[in-house]
Amino acid sequence: MIKIKGLHKSFGELKVLKGIDCEISEKEVVCVIGPSGSGKSTFLRCINLLEDITDGEVYINDVKVNDPTTDINEIRKEVGMVFQQFNLFPHMNVLENITIAPVKIRNMHQVEAEDLAYQLLEKVGLRDKAHAYPEQLSGGQMQRVAIARALAMKPKVMLFDEPTSALDPEMVKEVLDVMKQLALEGMTMVVVTHEMGFAREMGDRVLFMDEGVLVEEGTPSEVFGQPKSPRTQDFLSKVL
Amino acid sequence: MVVIDFLDNIRFDMIWNYKELFIRGIWVTLSLTAVGYIGGVIFGLFLGIGKLSKKRWVYYPSKFYVDFFRGTPLLVQILLIHTALIPSIFGQSLGFFVSGATALMLNCAAYNAEIIRAGIQSIEKGQMEAARSLGMPRKEAMRYIVLPQAIRRMVPPLGNELIALLKDSSLVTVIAATDILYAGKVVAGAYQRFWEPYITAAILYLILTWIFTKLITYVEKRYSNSYIPSQRRRIFSFGRAS
Repeated sequence: MIKIKGLHKSFGELKVLKGIDCEISEKEVVCVIGPSGSGKSTFLRCINLLEDITDGEVYINDVKVNDPTTDINEIRKEVGMVFQQFNLFPHMNVLENITIAPVKIRNMHQVEAEDLAYQLLEKVGLRDKAHAYPEQLSGGQMQRVAIARALAMKPKVMLFDEPTSALDPEMVKEVLDVMKQLALEGMTMVVVTHEMGFAREMGDRVLFMDEGVLVEEGTPSEVFGQPKSPRTQDFLSKVL
Repeated sequence: MVVIDFLDNIRFDMIWNYKELFIRGIWVTLSLTAVGYIGGVIFGLFLGIGKLSKKRWVYYPSKFYVDFFRGTPLLVQILLIHTALIPSIFGQSLGFFVSGATALMLNCAAYNAEIIRAGIQSIEKGQMEAARSLGMPRKEAMRYIVLPQAIRRMVPPLGNELIALLKDSSLVTVIAATDILYAGKVVAGAYQRFWEPYITAAILYLILTWIFTKLITYVEKRYSNSYIPSQRRRIFSFGRAS
């Protein structure tokens, strides 16, 4: 479903990604782990072209993402993204946050979009917050709304960029629970995370990145159980 | 001595004799300010967005425009527009109002452009990214997500700009616009007395700026801090999805 070939990304002189090759198939849950500054987030943001790609190729459903003739907006409709800082729209209530994209971009009827929004809010357990504004919600609630907002576009892939890193510890679980449910429903997911528990439990595959390269990949039991690379061993010994 | 002399001889009756001229002056000042300001905000919005553009042919003309109108005196601009620009386009003068309002609008737009640019840039990058990640093209993301938030932050500086424009509008007297200051000049000329007419003009401007300040404070309060619309007046909330 996602195919990445020789992905390079530089910010000026700084080389953040140094040739990443990776394939992600449908319904797979891939967790990306690694130390800070290893390029995990940049890797994720290259998939939906929030960062322009310096070199290499990214395909989603066989459409080349970084091709000048590709309409990136069409691709992004199919690729949901959840951010570390939630990025809810503070001037809109929860319902409007969720319906704005389907209504304006998918030309969905307002009533239909609101029905969908209520279904999604039910799913993330926030139906009663439909008319609240982001500033009235806790971090965990905001992130669940952000997930619902991304799902409202009915994406085929969901990208999670450290979705629980900005949360108070007691709110991490409610967000992870929503993500688990989503994974069990068969959503294709790429999750950049520091939650090793989640990666171990829900990941079909774990990618370990360090200094812009994919050091190791495998099933959670392979990567967490018998890490081959010394860098992986070193990292895991610090976080587990 | 001078003050006592003045107080003994104070003659506001001559202002009363010219009251129609002052009333007309207030009307002209207010209309010039209103037209100049509304035009300046709309034009300034395009200029401000132009200054954020990555396209050179959009960025450089916007930048040049703003630099020119902020870097030259308004008085010079008014004379240029009234005596040179408009006659050479239309073959004749279109009167002080057209020239005056145009000059104020073009000048105000340049200042507003900077306020609008800064307002847009102050919105966290994540907002644009979130909108784009949902598949919104840049224009829609700007319109539905970034601008409604940026406008709130622009309210205080745009308010200052309104007050400044109201006062700067007095410069149009040089092209014989019949504004408040013009009324003062006429009275001063007729009676050869200067305290009363100019103090009257000053007080009239003061009253107008005071009213405008109250208005701006009210609007600022409506927009401050919280995005949650109050139950009483929802008309004041921008950028609603429906």
